[in-house]
Amino acid sequence: MDFGTFLIQLLNGVQYGLLLFLVASGLTLVFGIMGVINIAHGSFYMVGAYLAWSLSERFGNLWAAILVGVVLSVLLGMFLEWLLIKRLYARDHLYQVLLTYGLILVFEELRSLVWGDDVHGVQVPAILEGSIPLTENLAYPVVRLWISAVCIALAIGMYLLIQRTRIGMMIRAGASNREMVQSLGFNIQLVYRIVFALGIALTAFAGMIAAPVSSVFPGMGNHVLIICFVVVVIGGIGSVKGAMVAAILIGLVDTFGKVVHVEIAGVKLLPELAGMTVYLLMAAVLLWRPEGIFGKRL
Amino acid sequence: MSEKRNLTAGRRKFLQDGAALGGAAALTGLVPSIALAQGAGKIKVGLMLPYTGTFAQLGLGITNAFKLAIEENGGKLGGRDIEYVTLDDESDPAKGADNANRLVNRDKVDVLVGTVHSGVQMGMVKIAKESGVLHIIPNAGVHAATEQLCAPNIFRTSFANGQPAYPMGKVAIDKGIKNVVTLAWKYGAGEESVAGFKDNFTKNGGKIVKELWLPFPNVEFQALLTEIAALKPEGVYVFFAGGGAAKFLRDWQAAGLKGKIPLLGAGFLTDGVLEAVGTAAEGLETTLHYGDGIDTPRNKAFRLAFAKAYKMQPDVYAVQGYDAALLLVAGMKAVKGDIGKKKEIIAAMEKAEIDSPRGKWRMSAAHNPIQDIYLRRVVGTENKVIGVAQRALDYPPASMCKMPR
Repeated sequence: MDFGTFLIQLLNGVQYGLLLFLVASGLTLVFGIMGVINIAHGSFYMVGAYLAWSLSERFGNLWAAILVGVVLSVLLGMFLEWLLIKRLYARDHLYQVLLTYGLILVFEELRSLVWGDDVHGVQVPAILEGSIPLTENLAYPVVRLWISAVCIALAIGMYLLIQRTRIGMMIRAGASNREMVQSLGFNIQLVYRIVFALGIALTAFAGMIAAPVSSVFPGMGNHVLIICFVVVVIGGIGSVKGAMVAAILIGLVDTFGKVVHVEIAGVKLLPELAGMTVYLLMAAVLLWRPEGIFGKRL
Repeated sequence: MSEKRNLTAGRRKFLQDGAALGGAAALTGLVPSIALAQGAGKIKVGLMLPYTGTFAQLGLGITNAFKLAIEENGGKLGGRDIEYVTLDDESDPAKGADNANRLVNRDKVDVLVGTVHSGVQMGMVKIAKESGVLHIIPNAGVHAATEQLCAPNIFRTSFANGQPAYPMGKVAIDKGIKNVVTLAWKYGAGEESVAGFKDNFTKNGGKIVKELWLPFPNVEFQALLTEIAALKPEGVYVFFAGGGAAKFLRDWQAAGLKGKIPLLGAGFLTDGVLEAVGTAAEGLETTLHYGDGIDTPRNKAFRLAFAKAYKMQPDVYAVQGYDAALLLVAGMKAVKGDIGKKKEIIAAMEKAEIDSPRGKWRMSAAHNPIQDIYLRRVVGTENKVIGVAQRALDYPPASMCKMPR
């Protein structure tokens, strides 16, 4: 691998990492901060992508579709929290897993009824079309750079919201001691409803943003679900900063795992085992720091 | 404490409800056997296909076309009425053998038809071999079914994974492409497809520069696209399908590689995804046993009848399902519906010439179609047939199967 190719692969890795952060950001809020295990995370990602597709077909414009789609997903999140999730805070994690697993089946079936089982593509907005040439035959699509920029903005926004605002303070307080916050006179139920809705909206938003490059298809949520949990666990539960670092780390490991050749004693390790690198990384991090890179000491 | 007591009470209630549900299921379990008693003399056809999940559309197309072919042949098999037993296999390999077993040993189907997913297929083939039930595969291309595990009662009306890929090796050479990088998902279908291409390509003097693999069903292609751009091969052979294929084609175009390095692929790359990829596939040439615009009266009649009956356009999967029924019709006709004469049925199916929408074809000695593979080019949202890449292809060679007799 010459130096130019190395730099491009570095870019690929960081870009993939930022995309992972975007996709996992909603889970960071709901799982990392609220402590609700949301197995249906991937379904909301899929719903977002399908919303982007169907609404942009209707409006002829991705921006309008994203705007309307985010509003719809906030409403969906609040509705689900009111109907189901609020009953689970006091319960064991197993109940959350069971319920949200049920949601996967429900959303998969609804998707099939409402939108069908076809593969769809979302048009890249005209302003983001085109590519920047990198080498004589390879170019970098502008839309990917734009996605990276959105991820960075989102990460900064989330960090500020949680660390620097009043509501962020309530969220953190609620996460560490729910009853105490409540007895101090704060409406913790409302806070949780907002956080959950925000988490769902973020996840759906990720699906909308990623739709033009990932295309829209049944079961697309299952592809991202596990890797999102890996991001949150490596980064440390409850840490936005950790999720960011973990996502970039995973992006780099995954990218170089696919293209670097490693051979030990005649046994080919990479890229033959590329599918495992991310999980090996997780195992290594958890051995070193069981609470994740930026998690609070257990 | 009270919370906990409530929970256990709730759990008990749930268990009771569950028991009630189980009772209901047992009752409905009786229904088919009653129906069987009434419908003595009917041929039972078990359709085990995906009706939910990623492959739901394929399962539906196969089922619709299968029933269409039966209807067109008088709605009977060798003069006897048909009873369908359908089962959703969910494309779940873990349940493949169990589900097939249910159809064969509980529902007592006479013919087992299915499925799409190669992993599930392995379970079905196992049960078919054990029970000796007549088994027709309308899609799954896993080589083993007509290679190591081939059996007299197992037939395939679709393709073997390497079969549509094999002619592409020669097509590439004819285009003057001498060195190629391959890129595919690292799982059964991907490996067999790449091997089929490689076999014919290297036989004709081509050289594989490098084989690149992606864990299935990963769709993050960027790192490998960068590597391909650095390797600068004369062509790239790819195997992806469905949503992964759509994403790959768009990424390929976005990376500026479209038009610079020719893409080569079996037809699955561009089937069912053209609406989704916009211009990213325009002009792409692929090889497959079916395509758009096969200008024969047979194909036109089929397409018209299918569209009329189901208000949707048939695809390659529908054709495979249609042919599965035609094959069965031929077999049952020879014995006038006497399902007990299995040897004669099998002999008739082996000899049958299937008048398929894709063109006439016969079974190989391994029970896989000997068929024409078309060369198609993407024009707008169609895979237009522009010629025949290879006539009457038997691949992998039937000699790979030691048919137990």
